[in-house]
Amino acid sequence: MPRETLDSKLAQIKNEIYLLGSMVEQAVLDSVDTLRTRDLKEAKRIYDEDNIINEKRYALENAIIILLATQQPFARDLRLLAAMLLVVNELERMADYAKGIAKINIKIGKADIAIPVRDFQQMAEQGVSMLHRGLGAFIEQNPNLAAAIPQEDDIVDQLYNKVYRTAIEDAVAHLENIDQANNILWIGHNLERFADRVTNICERTLFITTGELMEMDSSDDENDAGGD
Amino acid sequence: MQPSQFDENPKIIAHNFNLFYGDFQALKEINVDIPENAITSIIGPSGCGKSTFLRSINRMNELIPSVKTTGQIKMDDKDIYKQDVVELRKHVGMVFQRPNPFPKSIFDNVAYGPRAHGLKNKAILEEIVEKSLTDAALWDEVKDDLHKSGLALSGGQQQRLCIARALAVEPEVILMDEPASALDPIATLKIEELIQNLKKDYTIVIVTHNMQQAARASDYTMVFNMNPDRSGYIVEYGSTSQIFTNPHEKITEDYISGRFG
Amino acid sequence: MNHTLTNQEKMMLAREKAARKPNLKRRKISQSIAFTLMWLMGFISIGALIWIVGYVLARGFPTINMEFLTTRPAGGFEGEGGISTTIVTTLYLVVLTIAIAAPLGIGAAIYFVEYANEAQNRSKFVRWLVRTARTGVEILAGVPSIIFGLFGFAVFVSFLKFKFSLLSAGLSGACMVLPVIIRTTEEALLAVPDSLREGSLGLGATKWQTITGVVLPAAIPGIVTGIVLSVGRIISETAIFWVTLGGSYRLPQNLLSSGRTLALHVYMLATETRAFDKALGTAAILIIIIMLLNLAINLSSKYFQKRLSGK
Repeated sequence: MPRETLDSKLAQIKNEIYLLGSMVEQAVLDSVDTLRTRDLKEAKRIYDEDNIINEKRYALENAIIILLATQQPFARDLRLLAAMLLVVNELERMADYAKGIAKINIKIGKADIAIPVRDFQQMAEQGVSMLHRGLGAFIEQNPNLAAAIPQEDDIVDQLYNKVYRTAIEDAVAHLENIDQANNILWIGHNLERFADRVTNICERTLFITTGELMEMDSSDDENDAGGD
Repeated sequence: MQPSQFDENPKIIAHNFNLFYGDFQALKEINVDIPENAITSIIGPSGCGKSTFLRSINRMNELIPSVKTTGQIKMDDKDIYKQDVVELRKHVGMVFQRPNPFPKSIFDNVAYGPRAHGLKNKAILEEIVEKSLTDAALWDEVKDDLHKSGLALSGGQQQRLCIARALAVEPEVILMDEPASALDPIATLKIEELIQNLKKDYTIVIVTHNMQQAARASDYTMVFNMNPDRSGYIVEYGSTSQIFTNPHEKITEDYISGRFG
Repeated sequence: MNHTLTNQEKMMLAREKAARKPNLKRRKISQSIAFTLMWLMGFISIGALIWIVGYVLARGFPTINMEFLTTRPAGGFEGEGGISTTIVTTLYLVVLTIAIAAPLGIGAAIYFVEYANEAQNRSKFVRWLVRTARTGVEILAGVPSIIFGLFGFAVFVSFLKFKFSLLSAGLSGACMVLPVIIRTTEEALLAVPDSLREGSLGLGATKWQTITGVVLPAAIPGIVTGIVLSVGRIISETAIFWVTLGGSYRLPQNLLSSGRTLALHVYMLATETRAFDKALGTAAILIIIIMLLNLAINLSSKYFQKRLSGK
């Protein structure tokens, strides 16, 4: 009986976050897939549908703020709602990466260049898997699951390093392809950042359960290529 | 126990304090340090001994003949149960749940305490009355009507009058037993603001049923609960921000998130 | 209760509903009858009152003049003289009796209400004492005044040799009104909320300071009522003062002087003389005094109400 309203509304929001998560996962997988198929119409669709994800994000944010005002939660409930606000933000940024990939795809257009699609697909699948489990751990408030995920970021980083090296070597060898090399790097960067953000979600999960905010970095930051 | 991050001088220390009404134990092994010049709130379910503990600090519980206590409560390192009780109450004032102004003029209400302690000089009394009413944020509203009866004021004003009355005796500690529970929301917020201003000069302990009020208006929070034998004990004591965002004890967590019972 | 009604049940219901309608008329009629009866009772009571008071005042008024009020009774079968000394004696008696009974009564009530609880818990004897005293007060409040008169006669007049005097009458009268004063004062004190006592004690006042500073002032209206009731009783009693005050129509010189109150004078005029008109005159004065007393109670209680609830 106590806090039935709060609990049922929390359950609703959790479902919506799952939904938002699947939309993001789908967007990323689709955007990488269109790199393979070179279906530019599909890429445009992915680009446009980011709006739907944005709207959903704002609706969720609104619902969370309303719940904070009307239910005046404390302690764990409060930490959960605060964390949800941040996670929803992360998800929206992650969706932006998918949109970015679609945009680059359209930019590349009909040009005939070598895109390391296999590597990108691996990165995307790894990132999506991490997101799926990370979001699950967040919703279930399972700190053990959440703690184990950030280290998988290494896989994505290694793939990115590989793509980076290949693209740079290619650019050096064929200076006229520099623009394309740049595009390749951007796609890789987006996918690498995608996986990074999953780490943030895992940090928030630990925050809910322990009340402490900690940095959870993957092992090998110094040897990573490219910015952060 | 001490709240986690405080390093201030404790004004009041309870040490293995127990209280009995006849054979019934109402408080069991209370050990706390209450910091000086801060606001400490006491929260917890009904019947857990919060008011009983509060009233132990100015020995008002002695109005009940069958009361017995063991252990100590010390203020400034002096056991208050070994002091003269009338003298003690000069240093520890109390504001009650329902405003209880005397059926006298506003002036006589505020001057009552100092007069009882022997002060007769009219000029000094007038000064004290003005200062107390000012500190209680009531002076501007009543300064032209000091001879009006205290009962003619609104509920919120009456409570501020009672606060002024307590301040007039120049105590070091002010105990408040749910001071705003009989008041409307605006009067409540005024009282909370008032308490914030008072804390720089006084040590304030406030019992409240209103969780949001404890969160808003206090620096430290003490959480009481009931043992199976119905005696009260302290579950957790810490800074208000810690208690309300990240409590250590499950009972505290359950109580403040409303999932108790 | 969930089945739909059969035709038979529907018919029964309709019949009941029809039967209820005239019931309303019947109820209204019985209400009117009741009201009328009550009005009637009221009129009869007030009428009787007005008749009695009016008769006495009307018949007594002609006798009242300055001479009547300022000369002393001269005795004799014709009931010569006025009532001057009786008015003064009545006044003396009231003041004396209240001077004895009020401090004792109020003090006792304060003890019962404010101190007895604490003391009770410490000693069984004290508990018994308080209980006995309380019961005593209850019983005495209902005892007829002649008993106090006889007691007064035995103890003050005879044993202590005060003889028929203001002192004997005052002491006896005090015994008579003491229970009333104790009871009304007790109730007035109990009516003062504990929150006021706590407020005072919380400020560091002593128990006695609390009693004199907060409790008594708040209880004054009730206490005054008790005293005024007692004054009324003293003015109107005859038997008790008949056997303790004597009947002298001289002006009392000191506490040991005898005297005669207004009420006694009415009795004596009516039984020992032929001056029935003077008796009525005295009675009229008595009634006027009592009416003034009532007026005083009302005014003072209104005054206290205003003061207590804020100007």
